[in-house]
Amino acid sequence: MIRFTDVHKRFGPKVVLDGLTLDIPDGQTTVIIGFSGTGKSVALKHIVGLLAPDAGTVEVDGRVVHELSPDALGALRGEIGYVFQFAALFDSLSVGANIRLGLARRGLDEATIQARIAESLALVDLPGAEARFPAELSGGMRKRVGIARAIALRPRYILYDEPTTGLDPVTSAVIDGLMVRARQELGTTGVVVTHDMRSAYTVGDRIAMLYQGRIRQVGTIAEIQATDDPVVRNFIEGRPFDPDALPVEATA
Amino acid sequence: MPIFTTAVEPGLPARVVTRVGRSAVTAARALADVRTWLPHLVPQMRRLGVDSVPIALFIATFTGIVLALLSKYIFTGAVPLYFVGALVGKTIMMELGPVLTGLALAGRVGANIAAEVGTMRVTEQVDALETLAYNPNSYLVVPRVLAGVLMFPVITALAILLGVVAGWITAVNLLDLSTLEFVKGLKLFYKFKDIWFGLIKAASFGAAVTLAGCLMGLRTSGGAEGVGRNTTRAVVLGCEAILVLDAFWALVLL
Ligand SMILES: Nc1ncnc2c1ncn2[C@@H]1O[C@H](COP(=O)(O)OP(=O)(O)O)[C@@H](O)[C@H]1O
Ligand SMILES: [Mg+2]
Repeated sequence: MIRFTDVHKRFGPKVVLDGLTLDIPDGQTTVIIGFSGTGKSVALKHIVGLLAPDAGTVEVDGRVVHELSPDALGALRGEIGYVFQFAALFDSLSVGANIRLGLARRGLDEATIQARIAESLALVDLPGAEARFPAELSGGMRKRVGIARAIALRPRYILYDEPTTGLDPVTSAVIDGLMVRARQELGTTGVVVTHDMRSAYTVGDRIAMLYQGRIRQVGTIAEIQATDDPVVRNFIEGRPFDPDALPVEATA
Repeated sequence: MPIFTTAVEPGLPARVVTRVGRSAVTAARALADVRTWLPHLVPQMRRLGVDSVPIALFIATFTGIVLALLSKYIFTGAVPLYFVGALVGKTIMMELGPVLTGLALAGRVGANIAAEVGTMRVTEQVDALETLAYNPNSYLVVPRVLAGVLMFPVITALAILLGVVAGWITAVNLLDLSTLEFVKGLKLFYKFKDIWFGLIKAASFGAAVTLAGCLMGLRTSGGAEGVGRNTTRAVVLGCEAILVLDAFWALVLL
């Protein structure tokens, strides 16, 4: 279980997380929605210790991430797959070498590494793509390789940062399918950051809306769809929205 | 909120010591992970060599020619002409070989590294490395800095050799100096220290240039514009470091 407890984070004068508290239970996919620039990626980076909170804690299975020793943090990162927004493939390495990197770090033997690379590429419907280079791939294919790189490690958790943003609807549906498959076939707990509501409803078990540095509302898809919070309602329905025009009690 | 826990601001010396201590720990940790950096060392050395040798040799050739002509002009008959060999040899080995090569490579190698690492930073490849449980310092910084430390002296040695040869050819063809006289001058004040002084400097310049490139690259933020900005900074920082180190070694070793 991943647990944010009263997390505060600012960059210079800019407050990004302002008391974020959220539990992410195992075995489900939790979707974090919110406007661009509200700190969704910042929140994800706290889970793997790429950023440390100014105050508050992020725990993964009871371990406080920012207090871990470098070795313990390395071990924790071994349990978490991270799919970056623009895939963040190493462009000097082939697709196969990209996936191999994390596996080699685990000290697996060559046969297992080969098998895992082939298996994870098959799972994202890119069998035999080992020798290709990131520059030759389309945006959607890069995302799929990014997902393959994460699932090859058989992580307990996978964090997806805007997996469908910038993709056409068909490719988005493919990626959604992969995320569902990763949970069903590998049993991984997913955290998906997105502002694509269609994707959120397809892959999510729970949805949490991040707004002004904290969770505005969290609940099942049905609960979110039935929300009477004007901020959440406007967001999920994609209506233009002016926070200053809200009734005072609603913005509190 | 435990943000302001230190009641008293530590003084500057204490902060400097803390800072240096932390950097030393970071460097030691990065170096200890041999398995991560070793496979990248030879490719980085090769790349650095290929990138730098042509420009270093180009500079050295012209430096040798100019030095020979310049020494003739300076000596104007008052000093025996074979001193040309001494002046060319000494200045190229001890100063111009290492420094001019270093400055040229600060532009080429430093910019190259900063742009590459900076691009990796802004496209989250550095974050990706970390999430795959690699230490970016071990993976990116150590092989580049070690390649710099090892290759700069090699490239500088080539530059020195070619510079002296260019000086000799110039002296023989344009200054009415015989090969024997040139060599006599070259040997006149030569000490073994001259050459290792030059090469130690080159090694330190290699460390400075590559480190500046890596640090500026890793500190990049703000997309393509940020990459451009920090690439320039890396070159400037590398050049400044070379000049400061040059003075430092002159003070310490001469
Ligand atoms: N490393 C950083 N340094 C400074 N500011 C940052 C950094 N990372 C994120 N920010 C700022 O934090 C805010 C939230 O960013 P982010 O989490 O990327 O938003 P999003 O919800 O779209 O993922 C943005 O205003 C961004 O500029
Ligand atoms: Mg983001």
